[in-house]
Amino acid sequence: MADVAIRVENLVKRFGPVLALDGVSFEVPFATVFGLLGPNGAGKTTAVRALTTIIAPDSGRAEVIGHDVVHDADAVRLSIGLAGQSAAVDENLTGRENLRLIGRLSQMPGRRIAPRADELLERFELVDAADRPVRTYSGGMRRRLDVAASLMHRPPVLFLDEPTTGLDLKSRGELWNMIRELVSTGTTVLLTTQYLEEADRLANRLAVIDRGKVIAEGTPGELKTRLGATVIEFGYGDARQVARRASELLAQRLPGQPESDGSTVRITSDDGSRVVVDALRALDSEGLAPVAIAVREPSLDDVFLALTGHHAETTDDNNSAHRGGS
Amino acid sequence: MTTTAVAVPLPLVQPRRSAVRAVRDAIAVSGRNLIAYRRVPQLLVFSTIQPVIFVLLFTYVFGGVVSTSLTVPYVDYLMPGVFVQTVVFGAIGTAVGLATDVKSGLLERFRSLPMARSAVLAGRTLADLTRNVFVVILMVAVGFAVGFRVHTSFALLLAGMLLVLLFGYSLAWIFATLGLATGDPETAQAAAFPVMAPLVFASSAFIPVSTMPGWLQVWAAHQPVSVTANAVRALVIGGPTTTYVLQTLAWCFGILLVAAPIAVRRYRKTV
Repeated sequence: MADVAIRVENLVKRFGPVLALDGVSFEVPFATVFGLLGPNGAGKTTAVRALTTIIAPDSGRAEVIGHDVVHDADAVRLSIGLAGQSAAVDENLTGRENLRLIGRLSQMPGRRIAPRADELLERFELVDAADRPVRTYSGGMRRRLDVAASLMHRPPVLFLDEPTTGLDLKSRGELWNMIRELVSTGTTVLLTTQYLEEADRLANRLAVIDRGKVIAEGTPGELKTRLGATVIEFGYGDARQVARRASELLAQRLPGQPESDGSTVRITSDDGSRVVVDALRALDSEGLAPVAIAVREPSLDDVFLALTGHHAETTDDNNSAHRGGS
Repeated sequence: MTTTAVAVPLPLVQPRRSAVRAVRDAIAVSGRNLIAYRRVPQLLVFSTIQPVIFVLLFTYVFGGVVSTSLTVPYVDYLMPGVFVQTVVFGAIGTAVGLATDVKSGLLERFRSLPMARSAVLAGRTLADLTRNVFVVILMVAVGFAVGFRVHTSFALLLAGMLLVLLFGYSLAWIFATLGLATGDPETAQAAAFPVMAPLVFASSAFIPVSTMPGWLQVWAAHQPVSVTANAVRALVIGGPTTTYVLQTLAWCFGILLVAAPIAVRRYRKTV
């Protein structure tokens, strides 16, 4: 028996000139949620596609429950479910027919397929739409059906590729609850997301991935401590000169390094309110009071800025090269 | 971290022998494709209404001109050609169907499932064969309605139909590659036409090859649509059949032998 659910060692995948995975390594213990966090084009979907045997890596190796994804792909496929960006449902089939087809092709025992489909339709609140062709479904219903399909054969390891993209808040919350429930009964979940909040709420551990490389790994708490829990921004309209002077002043008076971005000065801190008071007092005393203040939770972009020194969006020129995948 | 024995839940699966799995999965995929033909009527309309129009057009509009060079009524000459033309046009459905699955991402999901690798292509071509059975029976009925008569026997008509279906099945593998390679239903349809047109129109399907210019006759007399149409004609009108039937079988198995491995290789490369 394998000691971890997923083991990835030095995985490399190249699409033409783009190095989509540049030596990615991580491990996911059983019955935990592992988050792959990163912007579009970072390599998240490529990692999922390699782990779910859709594409073969150029080098490195990966195992799911001890089965090699290249040499023992069929054993891997029997143990996994996949939903999200790279999965799909058939437009012309009804919801029920889609689930039964996936059940059959997942090699479920014949007599278990219909009851399992009914159970999942119930759980995902698709009973009323069960016998309508999927092309009549809303985006959220499709996404729910897609996740339901991935659960048909009760896979011990579940891959969710940006599962909540396009879901409304209520459906998102429900999916999060369902993921927690699955994990409590022993399922291992690997999910990719662009949202720090999602990774924070769900993942036991997460890896931040950028340009095909894991640039940070740890529990959400560890990563946030590295980052600082609150982001404070002082805006100066068009006054770049003033912003630069404010940034220099804050660098002298406050702990930590403010980041200046044109006419905005940004500070991250564990002690947000204290910093706001100190910073404003300092700025005001030098006649550098800002025209706008924002205090917020760190976003993925802040994590990126802190970890890489560049904005998440700047990797966009990479992602168009391979089918818009990430 | 303390090591605790975590019970890994077992998946609800029943691994099957690979031959059993290949058959079951092909049937499952094929059933799914046939549902689409039922739910999206325009897929079927193209392969039914269109040949019916050809029958009416050729029988009543062009028929008078052609029949002067024939020893049998034109409709008896025409219908075997229409049967063959029907399955050639039907093969476009194979290309469009696969291209749709590439585009929708469904093939990508299939790759993550423990299903037989052969099931997508086998299921697709099997579904299109089933559709061809339906369409060919329909065209026989249409033929009878406009005066088509079998001069030999019902058994030989049946043999002719089987030959047409085999030919349609072999063509499906050429168009499967086209569908996978284009990866977009509209493009697949557009790309299929130039492949199909010289096969159907520069052939003996609708008019005798002897009316064509000499340079075209060389192609038209020996290409697979003509050969198959001639074989079916010989079977339903009478006359020597062996050569035509053997030529048709040679074309069918030749096409399968070349096109199927190409389609399979293309499928392995398509995500």
